[in-house]
Amino acid sequence: MYSQTVLTALLAWPVVAAAAVLLVPERWAKHVALAASLAEFAISVPLWWTFQPAAGMQFVLDLPWIPAWGIRYTVGVDGISLFMVLLTTFLVPLSVLGSYAYITTRERGFYALMLVLTSGMIGVFVSLDLFLFYVMWEVMLIPMYFIIGVWGGERRLYAAIKFFIYTFFGSLLMLVAILVLVALVGQRTGYYSFSYAYLTAHLGGLGPAAFWLFGAFFLAFAIKVPMFPFHTWLPDAHVEAPTAGSVILAGVLLKMGTYGFLRFALPLFPAVALHPAIQAAIVALSLIGIVYGGLVAMVQPDFKKLIAYSSVAHLGFVMLGIWALTLQSVQGALLVMINHGISTGALFFLAGMLYERRHSRLIDAFGGIAKVVPLLAAALTIVSLSAIGLPATNGFVGEFLVLLGAFPTYPRAAIVAAAGVIVAAMYLLPALQRVIYNPLDKHENEKLSDLSPREIAVLVPLLACIVWIGVYPAPILRRMEPAAQHLIQSVRLDAATFTATR
Amino acid sequence: MIPLPPLPLALLWVVPALPLAGFVVNGALALAAPRAKRAVSITGVGALVLAFAAAALAVVELAQLHPSAPLVFRYWEWLPVGDLQVALALQLDQLSAVMILVVTGVGALIHVFSVGYMHDDPGYARYFAYLNLFVFFMLTLVLGASFPVMFVGWEGVGLCSYLLIGFWFTEKINADAGKKAFIVNRIGDFGFLVAMLLIFRHTGSLDFGVVFPKASAAFAVGGPVVTAITLFLFLGCTGKSAQIPLYIWLPDAMQGPTPVSALIHAATMVTAGVYLVARCGALFALSPVASATVAGVGALTALFAATIALKQWDIKRVLAYSTVSQLGYMFLGVGTGAYAAGIFHLTTHAFFKALLFLGSGSVIHAMHRAYHATHAHEDAQDMRNMGGLARYMPWTAALMWIATLAIAGIPPLAGFFSKDEILGAAFARGAVRPAWYVFWGMGLAAALLTAFYMTRLMLYTFHGPNRTGDREREQLHEAPPVMTGPLVALGALTVLGGALNIPPLFGGGARLEHWLAPVTDAAFTPAPDASPATEWVLVVSAVLVAAVGMVGAFRLLKPEALAPARLAPPERGLGRLLWKKWYVDELYDAIVVRPVLWLSREVLWKIVDMRLVDGLLVNGTAAASRALGWVGSRLQTGEVGVYVVLFVVGVLAVLGAVVR
Repeated sequence: MYSQTVLTALLAWPVVAAAAVLLVPERWAKHVALAASLAEFAISVPLWWTFQPAAGMQFVLDLPWIPAWGIRYTVGVDGISLFMVLLTTFLVPLSVLGSYAYITTRERGFYALMLVLTSGMIGVFVSLDLFLFYVMWEVMLIPMYFIIGVWGGERRLYAAIKFFIYTFFGSLLMLVAILVLVALVGQRTGYYSFSYAYLTAHLGGLGPAAFWLFGAFFLAFAIKVPMFPFHTWLPDAHVEAPTAGSVILAGVLLKMGTYGFLRFALPLFPAVALHPAIQAAIVALSLIGIVYGGLVAMVQPDFKKLIAYSSVAHLGFVMLGIWALTLQSVQGALLVMINHGISTGALFFLAGMLYERRHSRLIDAFGGIAKVVPLLAAALTIVSLSAIGLPATNGFVGEFLVLLGAFPTYPRAAIVAAAGVIVAAMYLLPALQRVIYNPLDKHENEKLSDLSPREIAVLVPLLACIVWIGVYPAPILRRMEPAAQHLIQSVRLDAATFTATR
Repeated sequence: MIPLPPLPLALLWVVPALPLAGFVVNGALALAAPRAKRAVSITGVGALVLAFAAAALAVVELAQLHPSAPLVFRYWEWLPVGDLQVALALQLDQLSAVMILVVTGVGALIHVFSVGYMHDDPGYARYFAYLNLFVFFMLTLVLGASFPVMFVGWEGVGLCSYLLIGFWFTEKINADAGKKAFIVNRIGDFGFLVAMLLIFRHTGSLDFGVVFPKASAAFAVGGPVVTAITLFLFLGCTGKSAQIPLYIWLPDAMQGPTPVSALIHAATMVTAGVYLVARCGALFALSPVASATVAGVGALTALFAATIALKQWDIKRVLAYSTVSQLGYMFLGVGTGAYAAGIFHLTTHAFFKALLFLGSGSVIHAMHRAYHATHAHEDAQDMRNMGGLARYMPWTAALMWIATLAIAGIPPLAGFFSKDEILGAAFARGAVRPAWYVFWGMGLAAALLTAFYMTRLMLYTFHGPNRTGDREREQLHEAPPVMTGPLVALGALTVLGGALNIPPLFGGGARLEHWLAPVTDAAFTPAPDASPATEWVLVVSAVLVAAVGMVGAFRLLKPEALAPARLAPPERGLGRLLWKKWYVDELYDAIVVRPVLWLSREVLWKIVDMRLVDGLLVNGTAAASRALGWVGSRLQTGEVGVYVVLFVVGVLAVLGAVVR
């Protein structure tokens, strides 16, 4: 019973709850949303124990939706999507709780959108039908557009429209590519289906079309990741978004790009993805992301912008790990995806807490506040250390596995990426110093209040994950391994066959 | 495989766990009840004393077994991914035994000293939390049974160093120094990281127990891979152990509390690189190039840092450059293949340098209180403000003299034996590779300078007239017993420490060398034994050089002619060059720091990101489509005539396309 309905429940429950949030009085909205998102998390938790690592795709529910067009409602998770689902359900309640003080207008609308957004995100990660996937991809786009555009900062409209058009441009290309793909496979096999399983099983050689189809998927996902040079929407969106928006944007939405590569772009077009020129281009862009993202982050005066550019660097590690296509590198990439959600999510929460106290995101507005707000300073220190990959925090294990796994495939690239650890220290430590250390020389900072119990409740789960994953990631790694193994084998095998038959 | 031994060795994890527990308790106290000083002291010092006891028990047990391979204890799977299987595992062998005794033993003494030194500091609990955390990571570093576990300790001690250098963080200079230490160390850590990538690629493992036995089969002697691995590892060492070119952070690290300088930046953490080379002896033995690099960089650093120490006025800066220089000796030792000598000097240096730093802490403590009492804003660390302190602090003065004689290499103190071992080994190696004669000569020259600058420090601090100030002078007095007690203990170790490894030349049994044999034999590089006559010549010349340095300082320096810092004339010529540390910091700033910042801000961010990518490509595309829309909208004139013309043109175009 649980195994068939759980994913559908995770999809449907937030929408139902969103309707409830709209109906209750304004001042109850956040509490209802919090309860609903906690319930969502509770529904998802048993997945951790009931998931069978070796059993491939599971918790599958497969129903006809629009039979005439070969569209079905198919959902399921494997060792790759499981953690994206759990990351989503884990971050949403924290984001709701973290918005209690930040969101003061139109609360019902905000929390309802947050819940709808949750459904969209879960949908992206569990869809096993390409049409369903596309629908979910758009469903998640619209609430985020409003969250930035309505509750954002001063330039919120510019940022929201930029975010929307950029993502929408990519996703339309992806829709065309999906339609063409279904048509091509349908023409050859006589059966038109959007089913992921059917398409991957009956790909055959797509010929030159594969290159263009991959290109369309690549653009859609590369924008989302974001990879250099498609990244400039991110700093704007992050800076303008309210705290919860930034947390979800960094924590979950960016992962949709890398997840898309893992789930769709690689398995559907293995021969293109592993073409030497494509490999070289993607590895080069990943390295540019790591080094360039870090260096540009280093000179940002705005704390949220700094975190945004650091995301470009972290996601560069993910892309490198995915494309190196070894067991260590892919699992490392998956871990970095999780870790980035936790650490960068926590950083955005902390940036939001600083903003709520001083109404400034500028690093130079602070200084010496460790004296006034020791708890906040301690939390910011731990999270920063995790973000720069200090061993015994989560940040290290992911990046280390990526490097270790990428080295045999791309030795020089791995060495350049390893230099990213220096760059990471160069952008975060000076910022940390300018915020919490140095003389307490600004009058406004002398009476800042330290973390409230609510804020502690938001941060403690994230800090616990930082230490837990850093010290004992084995339970996560074991659950991922078969899925990562399967992915690598099938992509390598398919790439070899398709290249041979072409 | 050795079967699992009985208790208490299986409880090895207790040794690092105790200071970790101390960190947790003191960390909680620091956030919740920072004024509970008694609880903090009991926790902080107690954790170290117990850890020392546990370490001693473990080492006694190890001595009885005296196994030929390390005893490995696996606790849980850390990174199990396919053929990569890294466990959180600790190992105890003769080398790590020496290290844990030094770390917990000297560490415990410095914790006790800190109770007195930091007594009035509002950050007392935070201080002990960081110090306990440091000891935990240091023990992880020396007990880790694989490269990644060692790396946890390696970066962890760097973190604690960062936190403690910037302990008084409201002064920007302190926070800057901490940040500099972390970032420079990260450059070294990059080397460590790349070395791990290479090791895993070529041996399929990161466990010491697999990599080292496999090394001689996996790598050709002098091959490019093993040379790359060892050179990258050594890059890590130059960061952590402050060698050329990455030594620049250590002098700045003196911004931290003085007991921190004693524990982290003299006795333990900075010796981690020496430990790493000794640990990886099996790899370094396969690469003559890397070994020569280690020895050469060590000898050069020993000499170079000693020249800077000649002209520093800050008492702690003299000791900092002295530490850089002494670490150079240790690298000369391990780079020569004389691992036992390197570790021996590491141990004796931990004793006498901790004593010197704590002694300087005692001096600074007294100076600071004197200036504090009279509300004077003078530099409590500048030797030009001291002088004649032996009258006020006889214990400190006497004990620091013992340490000075030891570091200068005067027999029979600890430093004499260990330094002599290194220089003797380097000279013997010269018979095989003449480059080592040069390294030996540099080491000897550095010994001359060492004797000189240390005597200078003692003369200016403790002798001649006092320059502190007339009112302040009355406030100067000896430190409390909680501070002098650890000094006395370290003094005893400084006197007796040489007994650990008295060479056969003096009728000793070279005990440390034999003790370490199971570890160092794997990396044994045979060097011809010098004849006893040669050895005697070497010993006598080393002692003579030390004596010349000390006597020279007595003859040349005039403490009575010195002016207080405030009135001192500026330095000129070579003196200025040394005082300014050869302008290396300025050089790095000009060729690395500023260009990188400029490139990032002015080029990458403002031009590439804002103008090119976002301006031209992104908003340019938007502007182009707006322009296209404008053109389109201009066509919607509402005049039927225009529409007809356009219609006809369109039809003709389509027809033309189809017909052709």
